[in-house]
Amino acid sequence: MNDPAHPPTARPGTSQVAPGRAEQRRIALVDLLDRVLAGGVVIAGEVTLSVADVEMVRVSLRALVCSVTALEPRLVIDEEREDD
Amino acid sequence: MTADQVVWLYAFATYPAPPAPQPSTGVGGAPVRLVAHAGLVAAVSSVPRLDFGPEPLRRHLEDLDWLAQTARAHNAVVETMAGLTTIVPVRLATVFSDDDRVRELLDTRCTQIAAALRALAGRSEWGVKAYGDPRAMAVGSQAPPAAAPPGAGAGTAYLQRRRAELSTEDVVQRVGQQLARQMHAALLAVSVAGRQNPPQDTTLAGTREWMVLNGTYLVDDRRAQTFREVVVGLDAERADVRLELTGPWPPYSFSGVQEVEST
Repeated sequence: MNDPAHPPTARPGTSQVAPGRAEQRRIALVDLLDRVLAGGVVIAGEVTLSVADVEMVRVSLRALVCSVTALEPRLVIDEEREDD
Repeated sequence: MTADQVVWLYAFATYPAPPAPQPSTGVGGAPVRLVAHAGLVAAVSSVPRLDFGPEPLRRHLEDLDWLAQTARAHNAVVETMAGLTTIVPVRLATVFSDDDRVRELLDTRCTQIAAALRALAGRSEWGVKAYGDPRAMAVGSQAPPAAAPPGAGAGTAYLQRRRAELSTEDVVQRVGQQLARQMHAALLAVSVAGRQNPPQDTTLAGTREWMVLNGTYLVDDRRAQTFREVVVGLDAERADVRLELTGPWPPYSFSGVQEVEST
């Protein structure tokens, strides 16, 4: 199949307001995991990911990213809450 | 194939087989092969049971570097195949004990897999996410909070401010939901199917903005340009909302899970 809309070498990319390169890679991983873990046809094999497995992956992914971003300088999102 | 190996499944396609997928290496660096049976082919790799058997696989899934690498390897094979022919992608980490089990599967599920292949021919998946700035979105939708009455204590002022904040959150939620519905409808009008997924954790997505829409759509390849134009149009519509388009993806989210699961 040689459809120009779907060339064999095309990889999912991000368009619109493209973020920085490193950031783009991270976004792609989140999008990719969303699809390969939650999508795809579900077949009962010797091993098949359960909903609980997928959830576990999400939780550990979130924990990892939070521990990374905690090291970055915080963006002040809401100055009005400074004195809360 | 030996007992110390298991079979990792990537995708199904129609027989006659597409050319051997390039890259021909898949998860764990294993070569990709095609198992043909019942008018279908399954793309598979033989991988060590030591790493991909039920127990080690669950352990590995907790290792995010391993998971990322494996997800990318799985997707590389699926994507390469999708560029060659119509495929039905299989969920990550679907493993069989040997090729005979795969052939058995092709036997019992051939009708459903063939139906899914027909439904996906000439179509690809596109992801559309919309991010909004909650503050800008609330502006104009709400009167400014009343100033605290003279002589009111710090506690009253705090409560008033907190109440105003909460009602602003409500307004933003409502505005966001309405926007998501409108955008989703506009995108569905130019696609075959679509669905709204729960918004991603925006920390994960590398942004602190609010994710208004996390949609994914099955689009006819010949209408891909039209779909893209609709996304660009929606992006231009509001200054406080920006859209992001990803794809084309293999049709992970539209692989006929329902039909196959329900039997």
